[in-house]
Amino acid sequence: MKYSLTVNGANRTVDVAPDTPLLWVLRDHLELTGTKFGCGIGQCGACTIHLNGVPARACMTPVSTVGRMKVTTIEGLAPAAGKLHPLQQAWTELDVAQCGYCQPGQLMTAAALLRDNPKPTDEDIDGALAGNICRCGTYTRIRQGIKRAGEILAGGKGVAQ
Amino acid sequence: MSASTAPRAVNRRDFLKLTGLAGGGLALAFQIRSAHGGATPAGGEFRPNAFIRLAPSGAVTIVSKQPEMGQGVKTSLPMIIAEQLEVPWSAVTIEQGDFDEKLYGGQSAGGSRSTPNNYDQFHLLGATVRTMLVEAAARTWKVPAAECQAVEGTVVHSSGKKLGYGALAATAATLEVPAKENVRLKEPKDFKLLGRRIAQVDTPRIVTGQPLFGLDLQLPGMLYAVYEKCPAFGGKAVSANLDFVKTLPGVKDAFILEGNGKVKELNPGVAIVADSTWAAFSARRQLKVTWDEGKVAGESWDKFVAEARAKAAEPGQRTLRRDGDVAQALAGAAKKVSAEYLYPFISHANLEPQNTTAHFRDGKLEVWSPTQVPAAGVAMVTRVLGIPADKITLHLTRAGGGFGRRIGADYLVEAAAIAQRVPAPVKLTWSREDDLRHDQYRPGGLHFLQGGLDAQGRVTAWKNHFFTFGEGGQPGSGGSLSPDEFPGRWIPNFLAEQTMFDTGWPMGPWRAPGSCVFSWVFHSFIDELAHAAGRDPLAFRLDLLGTRDEMPAGGGGGGGKGKQGGGYSVARMRNILKFTAEKADWGKKQFPRGSGAGIAFHFSHQGYFAQVAEVTVSKDGQLRVDRFVSGGDVGRQIVNLSGAENQVEGSVVDGLGALLTQELNIERGRVVQGNFHEYPLIRITEAPAKIETHFLSTDHPTTGIGEPAIPPVAPAVCNAIFAATGKRVRQMPLSRVDLRWS
Ligand code: FES
Ligand code: FES
Repeated sequence: MKYSLTVNGANRTVDVAPDTPLLWVLRDHLELTGTKFGCGIGQCGACTIHLNGVPARACMTPVSTVGRMKVTTIEGLAPAAGKLHPLQQAWTELDVAQCGYCQPGQLMTAAALLRDNPKPTDEDIDGALAGNICRCGTYTRIRQGIKRAGEILAGGKGVAQ
Repeated sequence: MSASTAPRAVNRRDFLKLTGLAGGGLALAFQIRSAHGGATPAGGEFRPNAFIRLAPSGAVTIVSKQPEMGQGVKTSLPMIIAEQLEVPWSAVTIEQGDFDEKLYGGQSAGGSRSTPNNYDQFHLLGATVRTMLVEAAARTWKVPAAECQAVEGTVVHSSGKKLGYGALAATAATLEVPAKENVRLKEPKDFKLLGRRIAQVDTPRIVTGQPLFGLDLQLPGMLYAVYEKCPAFGGKAVSANLDFVKTLPGVKDAFILEGNGKVKELNPGVAIVADSTWAAFSARRQLKVTWDEGKVAGESWDKFVAEARAKAAEPGQRTLRRDGDVAQALAGAAKKVSAEYLYPFISHANLEPQNTTAHFRDGKLEVWSPTQVPAAGVAMVTRVLGIPADKITLHLTRAGGGFGRRIGADYLVEAAAIAQRVPAPVKLTWSREDDLRHDQYRPGGLHFLQGGLDAQGRVTAWKNHFFTFGEGGQPGSGGSLSPDEFPGRWIPNFLAEQTMFDTGWPMGPWRAPGSCVFSWVFHSFIDELAHAAGRDPLAFRLDLLGTRDEMPAGGGGGGGKGKQGGGYSVARMRNILKFTAEKADWGKKQFPRGSGAGIAFHFSHQGYFAQVAEVTVSKDGQLRVDRFVSGGDVGRQIVNLSGAENQVEGSVVDGLGALLTQELNIERGRVVQGNFHEYPLIRITEAPAKIETHFLSTDHPTTGIGEPAIPPVAPAVCNAIFAATGKRVRQMPLSRVDLRWS
């Protein structure tokens, strides 16, 4: 089946089985491998993307259900080429990642949180990010990173380091 | 890089012509000298040419040879070279080296060895090249080298003249490599980079989702494979509905592989090769296999636990250590404590499932793999598939977590075996279920402990009957207790015995093998003894460590290897324990009922760590870690402070995660759990509210930090739970323990 998708603002056409999860459409057919495979059953959040701005599990989203919804992946998180999203800046400043495998999913979930709540508390962060596993245990840095991104968004304090 | 003002002796194009080396630069100098013998030390292992490329443009490329799995070596080890080379970090590009141990020396990442194994050589490597650049400037200016100094990618003469490294590359390339004695290392007081917080070099790619990991690899014409193995370990595929599977959409081929009869190498199974991952996954759901499950299918964890309990009071199969007369000391003890401690098998659960891409053509194999020990993968492919090592090219990809899992090469050899049958590059992707059910697990274990105290509250007797798991007569990795494991050697009447259950279950190193569980058992039991003695847990531990500064290895009976225990600096441990207690305000805080602090320490992987947990347990038994303080002594120099802190913070979360929920049931020779809904990992909601990490610099060699922070985590938390609630945790995971109190 042919599907026409809007991914990171661009029109993309793929010819795949209707039950193909968006995760594998992105990774295998559109060569957007930033969206990660961790569990395939909606448990880990490594595959988090935005559908019309709302975080969703790409591994649980059959391509046939996407329709005209706008798909945003980690490759499309930055506001423009050569620019970084405040979260990406904060992640760099604070060296949040260890292996980095979970981080695209963490960033996509965090981006939605921060858009709705630019000054989240630890509790807000824990609530929003509870679906994203980090096997390396970078959780305390993720909390700091989100708060730091909030500051950057607010035009606050200069870059650390 | 600072701008160079002097004209270049040779322009870049001429230079490349001269050297005949694309990428050009100083690299060749070492190659030429190495070929002549030159200044390369005997053994041919130290070849500085392989690591540094300095282009006439001034661009510095440093090759990182170690596998990167999140432990940060791709950043920290090149930092050492850059420090001694005296180049600004911003001028450096890091490149991941392929597997080539003849060129680079050892490339395995495990046992927290990457830093200690390379630390001194990388200092010398950077300093040697800096020395040559200084000499090149001196010759250019016809001045003594002593009047010249390297400063941030330039050489400056005392007169103020200045040349960039790029401009000096061509001249430097003509120089002899100086002998080690003629190379002066930068002093730690002059370090500009080491000890600072530097973000990982892959950060830009990580945060923007660029391809980086094994699973991200895409090659033209690539096919996608899955590999179904017998749910029971080591079982064989007798037959499968291959003809039907081959008719399914996107499927290119399906076949049975025999395996080589070793559960940690090439397992028997059924490969499905398709034109996309999803086509392969979908076809797999319709695969029907008849298995010959083999002998392990009769074995279950519960049966072994029952058997251990039945045999606990009997003498063990082996005596690991016997000092004094434990029976007599226990009989004469003023107070006695006995307890059973139990921990289950657990999985590594790397977030990136195992995978490898392989391409076999014209008798040659090219492999891309997230592996910790590439040499083991190549050796296994040669041994199992008969492809000679010189026909194998192995590219190291970033790995989405290691934790010891990727020391195994089973997934790599599977991909290679499939590739041998497929006329295209093929990417093997394990499902999460494959990953959990075909791991090389941290072995579970049971310890039956008895301790005796004299009237003054000193430990006079310690007896342990340890039940472990193994295969072919040997305990699994992390399943063998060293006779020197603390507190062996510290207690006058000491008996450690071991009984092993032989299984066909695959076991492998799990982050700080052995230490990660023994520390929990022993520091929990030491806490029980402290409580029985009516002593403060810190003071009790300091008394137990005693006043001597060094504890030599050995002594006692039994034939175990003292690999981790070994020589033990009691002074370093005492100091880090006091240092950490101080940082954690030990003994200075009043906790309300339901809250409390716990302490533990451990020496492993050459690192000395002490930790204090502060926890709150609600009346309905919910645990929260409010504060977790770590103190570590890993020698003189923290290489990358951010990376080191990240490893310790991650160890705290990892140690807590393993304690909280992780457990595998093994029934009829197979793992029951298949995915994260059944095998929950720690989430952000359970992570400590606050993690504090402190390092104590001591005058000892710099050592690694991927593992030594993990062992004391679980006992510190469990001892805090006891302080908070009076409930002693003697079983992992905590999800099985009722923590409610009133
Ligand atoms: S891969 Fe989608 S939630 Fe884990
Ligand atoms: S950084 Fe490795 S899983 Fe999060």
